[in-house]
Amino acid sequence: MKNVLCAVAGAASLLISAPSIAQTTLTVATVNNSDMIRMQGLTSEFTAKNPDITVKWVTLEENVLRQRVTTDIATKGGQFDVLTIGTYEVPIWAKKSWLVPLDKLGADYDVNDLLPKIKDAVSVDGKLYAAPFYGESSMVMYRTDLFDKAGLKMPESPTWDFVVDAAKKLTDKSGGVYGICLRGKAGWGENMAFLTAMSNSFGARWFDEKWEPQFNSPEWKKTLTTYVDLMKQAGPPGASSNGFNENLALFSAGKCAMWIDATVAASMVTNPKDSKVADKVGFALAPNTGLGKNANWLWAWSLAIPAGSKKVDAAEKFIAWATSKDYTKLVASKEGWSNVPPGTRTSLYKNPDYLKVAPFAKLTLASIDAADPNKPTVKPVPYVGVQYAAIPEFQGIGTQVGQQFSAALSGSTTVDAALSAAQSATEREMKRAGYIK
Amino acid sequence: MATQQTQLLARTLLTPAVALLFIWMIVPLALTIYFATLHYNLLDPGSESFVGLENFRYFLTDPAFLASLQNTLVLVGSVLAITIILGVPLALLLDQQVVGLSIVRLMVIAPFFVMPTVSALVWKNLLMHPVSGLFAWIAHLFGLPAIDWFNEAPLFSVILIISWQWLPFATLILLTALQSLDEEQKEAAEMDGASAISTFIYITLPHLARPITVVILIETIFLLTVFAEIFVTTGGGPGLQTTNIAFLIYSQALIQYDVGSASAGGLVAVVLANIVAFFLVRIVGRNLEA
Repeated sequence: MKNVLCAVAGAASLLISAPSIAQTTLTVATVNNSDMIRMQGLTSEFTAKNPDITVKWVTLEENVLRQRVTTDIATKGGQFDVLTIGTYEVPIWAKKSWLVPLDKLGADYDVNDLLPKIKDAVSVDGKLYAAPFYGESSMVMYRTDLFDKAGLKMPESPTWDFVVDAAKKLTDKSGGVYGICLRGKAGWGENMAFLTAMSNSFGARWFDEKWEPQFNSPEWKKTLTTYVDLMKQAGPPGASSNGFNENLALFSAGKCAMWIDATVAASMVTNPKDSKVADKVGFALAPNTGLGKNANWLWAWSLAIPAGSKKVDAAEKFIAWATSKDYTKLVASKEGWSNVPPGTRTSLYKNPDYLKVAPFAKLTLASIDAADPNKPTVKPVPYVGVQYAAIPEFQGIGTQVGQQFSAALSGSTTVDAALSAAQSATEREMKRAGYIK
Repeated sequence: MATQQTQLLARTLLTPAVALLFIWMIVPLALTIYFATLHYNLLDPGSESFVGLENFRYFLTDPAFLASLQNTLVLVGSVLAITIILGVPLALLLDQQVVGLSIVRLMVIAPFFVMPTVSALVWKNLLMHPVSGLFAWIAHLFGLPAIDWFNEAPLFSVILIISWQWLPFATLILLTALQSLDEEQKEAAEMDGASAISTFIYITLPHLARPITVVILIETIFLLTVFAEIFVTTGGGPGLQTTNIAFLIYSQALIQYDVGSASAGGLVAVVLANIVAFFLVRIVGRNLEA
């Protein structure tokens, strides 16, 4: 009898408590960059405050993430509740009504603290469609010890001439030190991100005002010739398969005198845990040719909610937590100020604790400010985006062009042949998509 | 002799399985054909429109198509040649009685058990890497410059990796065939004073004709669709140097999100594979008869 009573009581208590443990499970798709891995590690801090939410992580390499997220949202798969997407996707997807506008991030979220350039890049018609987790531009990272040894001094805003010259002087192939490491791996988000930003500083553009591709222009020729010559003389072997991560490994191992890449790499190459050259890294603005544009890009990995998600409230809570000032403080208290996600909030760049440990902070901010997605090039263009053109066709075109340029870098084709192949491939795609006749 | 009742029973019982298999194959195929006639960019849904055969025209006139077709044929041909030419002597060696034979056999067969992605990663980062790879280190030992494999000879590098993976398969099939070779026949040849070489040419090799045919048929099927090794090592590049048909279709579908072209490409690949299969069966398949 006692047992039966116990069982009844137990069942009753289960019934009563059932609603209070009704769990919402959020599936978050993200990229395997170190800042996101750190966020994943801190999930318990979020679930402790929100006991009714559990978070499931799907962490993928950038290209795979993009494929999964894009196919999921385009086919209305509904696998994910929170997506990690870039500034390229946000405006295109928002216009298709694929994303939920983020207007309930909470009173203490302080939207106006977001850096204006970054906020613009993830907003459409003044509405925020994704919350930036970290933002970046590009800049020059260089080895102060090697520069000193060679008697060179890096200007704060170097020209390409200086960079090319210094790279050649600093190359010591027999000693395994290469003057410069740059992206060469084909892909619109890999070598083309860098090369498009570089071409902007040479006065080139992807399309003219009538969407005619411009790879037959002298500016592109100069860009690609400079890049290929520079890499042949001063770059590491195998450069055509190097992307961000490969170059990060090379630079951290002390094999590159200079590296022009994402500002977010700055905290990694100055972290003594991962970098052999942590105390010998200097920073400068991305190079220019005196035309008024630096080889800066603008990117923000951002969190967004796909339209049709049934867990919008929970997802919004999570996004507000992960991109808030409090999250920054949380990372700072656990891992130190230099490891907080950079490039999204004005307040971070006024924080003395941060400025003290992040010698790259000032230049990161200046680089982000220097990039203008609305006016990315010297000549006028019909598209938005610094290192890409924000049209759905760009991924396809960018990848094909990236392949051609990667082939020019590896020496299997010439600069001229690569440019004319890029031109005809781009024309073909733009005609097919109906931009040009 | 089956009665009419048992025949009817057998047919009834088989129907669900046959129907299921039929649907299993027909639905994806029908969808592919349907998508191939649409202008369908995954990033621009809602804009799908019927375009007839335009996707096919587009795919077949793509400069990447001819390049990838050529790469596919070179890759299949080279891997077949390497695995068979090396597989025969390897199988002969493994057929000898030596100490620790079972361990040696296991070692030789081991590459076949390694996942293609894993082996490609190992080759790319530990062996062929021009800065930190083992081959570069060996080259430096002899005072030679490191070979930048995936830049200087990308297709050859991919062929090397795939051959390494398929060599054990060829060896294994050839070895089983060698073990079924009649010992008495060899002894008789020996007594007649045949040299090792003529024994090989007149007895062993003809005996191996059928297993070689099996190796060619099976390997061709898999090699036509090689993907993981290319994806991991070169990503189809530099340029189009290592893009094969499978990778080209992947790139259309999941890098460029052009579902229409990818579907058209998929159908073109099916037709091409059938042509290859037709000739293979006509030429080498004959060996399997009788």
